[in-house]
Formats: sequence, structure tokens, C-alpha cells
Amino acid sequence: MFPELFDTRSFREAIDRSADWVVTNWGATIEAAFSPLLRGLVLLEQGLLWLPWYVLIGAVCGISFLITRNVKLPLGVGILLFLIGAVGFWDDCVRTIALMLAATLVSLAIGIPFGIAMSLSLTVRTIMRPLLDIMQTMPSFVYLIPAVMLLGPGKVPALLATVIYAVAPVMRLTDLGIRQVDPDVVEAVTSFGAGDWQKLIHAQLPLALPTIMAGINQTMMMALSMVVIASMIGAGGLGYQVLQGIGRLEVSRGLLAGLSIVALAIVFDRIAQAYGRRMQTSLHMNDE
Amino acid sequence: MNNTAKPKIVCRDIFKIFGKTPAKALELAARGVSRADILSQTGNVVALRDISFEMAAGETFVIMGLSGSGKSTLIRHFNRLVEPTSGSITVDGEDIVAMGKARLREFRRRKVSMVFQNFGLLPHRTVLDNVAYGLLMQGRPKAEQRERAAYWISQVGLAGYEGHYPRQLSGGMKQRVGLARALAGEAEILLMDEAFSALDPLIRGEMQEQLASLQKELGKTVVFITHDPDEAMLLGDRIAILREGSIQQIGTPEQILLEPANDYIARFVKSVNRARFLTAGQVMISFPVLAEKGLTREAACAAMADSNVDHVFVTRDGALAGVLTKDALQESSKGTGGIHVTTSCKTSMPLEQVTPLIARSSLPVAVVDLEGRVVGGLTRAVTLRSIGELTARSSA
Ligand SMILES: Nc1ncnc2c1ncn2[C@@H]1O[C@H](COP(=O)(O)OP(=O)(O)OP(=O)(O)O)[C@@H](O)[C@H]1O
Ligand SMILES: [Mg+2]
Repeated sequence: MFPELFDTRSFREAIDRSADWVVTNWGATIEAAFSPLLRGLVLLEQGLLWLPWYVLIGAVCGISFLITRNVKLPLGVGILLFLIGAVGFWDDCVRTIALMLAATLVSLAIGIPFGIAMSLSLTVRTIMRPLLDIMQTMPSFVYLIPAVMLLGPGKVPALLATVIYAVAPVMRLTDLGIRQVDPDVVEAVTSFGAGDWQKLIHAQLPLALPTIMAGINQTMMMALSMVVIASMIGAGGLGYQVLQGIGRLEVSRGLLAGLSIVALAIVFDRIAQAYGRRMQTSLHMNDE
Repeated sequence: MNNTAKPKIVCRDIFKIFGKTPAKALELAARGVSRADILSQTGNVVALRDISFEMAAGETFVIMGLSGSGKSTLIRHFNRLVEPTSGSITVDGEDIVAMGKARLREFRRRKVSMVFQNFGLLPHRTVLDNVAYGLLMQGRPKAEQRERAAYWISQVGLAGYEGHYPRQLSGGMKQRVGLARALAGEAEILLMDEAFSALDPLIRGEMQEQLASLQKELGKTVVFITHDPDEAMLLGDRIAILREGSIQQIGTPEQILLEPANDYIARFVKSVNRARFLTAGQVMISFPVLAEKGLTREAACAAMADSNVDHVFVTRDGALAGVLTKDALQESSKGTGGIHVTTSCKTSMPLEQVTPLIARSSLPVAVVDLEGRVVGGLTRAVTLRSIGELTARSSA
């Protein structure tokens, strides 16, 4: 048996106590701080739910058609979404989409600027690297604990846990993409007198875009998987149906909800990939 | 080139070390330790060692050297894409190593532009936008950017490709886009890192001519890197030859060809077509020149004996009339043996064009200056010897 080197019990208690202290003293402030986020989230969800199902499916199909100029993707996407509705999970599906989109947007808003900072500064990179490793390898459930403690069960903690889990890929790939940009191009731009910002806008970001897009796609997929897990703390959506399937030992419910999640993942993955390809073509960086 | 004018670019004692411990390597390099030893002792690469020279405004300065000799590193010092480990660089009297960020940007926007060995074009922008990039940085109005960019695109022979993207172009076309981009900004100093190396001989010739005429018109100061000795001789007012980061010789093309400082340089310029770059004035030998009026057999004989040659040029009213030969002089017992008509050439004529004249007759060809005065002559032996001289020297 491993020898007890120090009193872990009181050590853990100390951690828990200080967390409690934060909650009791700062809980209200934190909740207030996040209330705009909650309002935005609810608005997005309500808005999407308010749309008739055929309008939403039509919109998604329309977007995929605009991206690919081809009926194959819109057709496949439309059928998958229709099937999700057909098995009775339409509202849950919309809730999941809303939370995933919101989490993805927040992740990009945080991840891309940090990724840029990492690519430009060795110090930032040295600090962020191990943090990102931890964020990605930590079992995703662990994030639920502080999120729930601080904010109670609900959508906002679900969103925060999702963002922490999903932000890493876009940050990493933004950093990688910028550092992989052909140094000759950056040098040429510099030689004509471009400043740091102009270098970024004119050369580094556009040339790194394919890699950044791959990061965005990964972030979106991770957000989706985390949103499902976050159902446990009251995020609702398809994950909640899976949970109920487990709770009631209803294989059919769990299976259908699970398949709906897969369908949703395929839909968003394909749309994001098609968009990435289209962007690359319009930037003339590969052969069309 | 005007030696009294203020120099445009001055480099003093430039050392450039690539590596983690430049200070230590710098000390060794200053003591003359070899590049290989410094690399094995400290792990640093001595890219440039003790480079000092001046460049006059309007001069074309060519840098030659083998791969890895530090050419690209040196040229990048002139717009500070590379900072010297020690030493100073001034442009128009301003120390560019001391420039702050903003001043450096301004300097790069207005004063220097560069053509890159690997093109460095923006792949997501059209040819037009790429060429306009320097103008965009200068903050010129949109319409002016487009107009000038289009003009320079047509100047490099790419009219019609304005809307194309770099990946749709061949290597030579990309290089010309890079050239147009550098020229469009009208910078006084043009840095060209193997700017013509991806071009086919035909377009290359065109571009060389264009650069030469541009330079004559606009008086740009050009730093030009090339691997091709013929190109160096053709374009360079002066040529510097680099070897392992140090300058082996700086001189005019003639100096490099006729007085190479060492065997290395002689080998380097061995392949040069000397007949193309040496001129009649550079290799001519002196002949006696006598006026036809009052010409006597005795005077001609004495002149030949004095200069130890077999011919005398004869002038009529200052212009070439012909030549007296020793053979004819000796055959006829009295008189001068008659004046033989011969051709003449200007001092600036390349030997390449003199050879056919020489081949046609056994008489020497007179070399005349701009006013038509006979200043010397070329015999078959002299001409052939100067064309073949290098081959003889370098095989020794
Ligand atoms: N950024 C760098 N980091 C480390 N070493 C470098 C760097 N740039 C150049 N060097 C080294 O400096 C030396 C000179 O390189 P440089 O590119 O100036 O050669 P070059 O004469 O232009 O060759 P080429 O004709 O092949 O273009 C080489 O030994 C190279 O390894
Ligand atoms: Mg080079």
C-alpha cells in the first residue's frame, strides 16, 4: 500500500472549502457576469425553435448548396435532418445545435486570437502548450464540476465546460498554421514595408486559413460531443434523451438519440469541410 | 560611375554569424579562424566575414559566388531583412542598423525594393494585386496602384495575365511578376537576388537589356546576385566575388577578367566568353602613326625599328589612310612600298566583332578613338592571344 505522505483528507478539504468560499462570496457576481451569455444563448435557442422545421432544414440545405454548388451535399444533409425529426427528436436536435453553435463561436472568439498570439510569441506558446494538453486530456466530465458549482446546473455552465474542452484544436491549429506559412512570402511582404499587423492580415492569416479551417472543424466536432455530455448538467438536447434512455433502460430511446447525434455530427462535419475546400479554392491555394 | 559623388551604400566591417553563441564565433572569425573550424568548435555558421565596400549612386553592383557563399545573406543586409552581427551599413549617409521600427518601414516602402530568389508572391492575390503590393504599402490611391501595376506588368511581358494567380504561372513568369512588383514602387535601390535565374535565355536577354536601359534612364542603384559570369560581366559596373563569406575581389569586369586576384577567381570566370566583354581598346597594342605628308622611307624604317613592329599606320589629315608594311618596304629598294588600305574599329568595339575584320586580312586593324584618331592597333596574334589568354592561364 502506498504510504500516506501527508494528510490528503485535510488537503482536499482545504480545496473544497476554498471553492465553497468562492461560490458563497462570488457566486452572485459570477452569475450576473454570465447573464448576458445566458440571454444570448436562450435567444438563439428560442429563435431556432421558433422557426418551422422545414424552414430550418431548407436553410441548412440552402447553405450547403451555396457552398458546394452541387445537390449531393444538400440532399444528404436534408435527409439526415429529416430523419432526426421523423424519429421524434426535432426539438432536442435544435437545442443541441444551438448550444453547439454558441460554444463553437465562443471557442473561435477565444481560440483564434490566442492561437495568433502563440504563433508570434515563444513565451505565450511555452505557457499555453501544457495548458492545452491538460485541457484536452482531462476527462471532460471534470469540467462539469466547477462549472456547476459556480453557476448551478444549466445552459451557461454547459457552455463553459464545452468551450474549455473544445477550444484547444482551433488554438493549436491557428498557431501551427501561421508558423507553417512560407517564410519567403512573409519576408517579401516585410521587404515592402509591411508592419506586424499587415503581415498578419496580408500574408500569415490567409495562407494559414486551410489549417485554421481544419481546427475550426475539429473544434465544432468536439463541441458537439461535449454538448451531449453537458446534458447531464441540464443542457437539454439529444444528450438528455440518451441519459433518459440509460435511466429508464429504454434501449430504443438511447439508440435513436445516439444515432441522431451521429447524424448531426456528419451534417456539420461535411458542411464545414465543404466550406474549407471552397475557401481554399477561392484563395487559389490549391488546384480546383 | 562617378568616384567623386557621395556613396549610396556603405558597408563597414560586416560580420554575420548564424547560431546560438554569435559572440564567441565572432571573436574567432575576427581572428581569421576558418569557417569549418568555427562551425565544429562553436556550432555557429559564419555567413559573412569582414565585408567592407562602397556603392556609388547609379552603380550596378554584382555579387557572385558559389552556393552558400553568403550572397543572399549579404543582400538582405541592405534592407535589414538580416541584421549584421557586427559592422555598420549606411544608405545615403543614414545608419540603417540604428533605424527604429517606423523609420525602417518607411525606408523599405520608399527606398529599396527587392526581387527574391524564391519569388515570395502572395498566392491568394492576382498578378495585378501582387505587383501593386509595394504601391499599396506606399499608400497610393487605388486607381494609381492599378494603373502603374498594369504598366509594369506589360513592361515585363505579362500583359493579359493581370487576373491570373501565381500558381497558374510558370517559374519564369512568377519571377517576372516579382520583378514588376519591385520596379513598380520606383525605389532608388533595387536588390535582385538571382532575379533572372528562372528565365529562359531569350527573355533573360530581354530583361537584362531592360534593366540596363532602366538604369541608364532612371539611375537606379542595383545590387544584383547571379551565378552566371556572363551575366555579371554584362550588367556589372563592378563585381564582387564572395567565397565562404568573405570578398575575394572587387573590381570592374575587365579587372576581374584580366587581373583575377587569385586562382579561385580565374577558375570562376573561366567560362566567360571573353571575346564578348573585352574591347579593342583594352587589348590593342601601340603602333607608330605617321602623317602621309612628308613621309619618308627612312622615317618609316626608324619608327618600325623603334617600336619593334612590322607595320606603321599612315594618316591623312588626321584620319586613317592605310598601313605600311615592313615586307613591302624591304622589297622596294626606294620609296615606301605603297600604302595598303586597312580597316579600323572603335576602341569600344568588343573583340567578338573585331575578329571578322581581322580574319579578312593579314594587315593589322587600326583602333581609333571617338574623334577618329588612331590610338593603337590589333593584329591577328594579339587578338587571338587575348581571347584565348584565360584558357591558357587557368589550365596552368
Ligand atoms: N537563417 C539562417 N540560419 C542559419 N544559417 C543560415 C541562415 N541563412 C543562411 N544561413 C547560412 O549562411 C550561409 C550563406 O547562405 P546564403 O543563403 O547567403 O547563401 P547564397 O550565397 O545565397 O547561396 P545560394 O547561391 O545557394 O542562394 C549558408 O551556409 C547557410 O547555411
Ligand atoms: Mg541565395
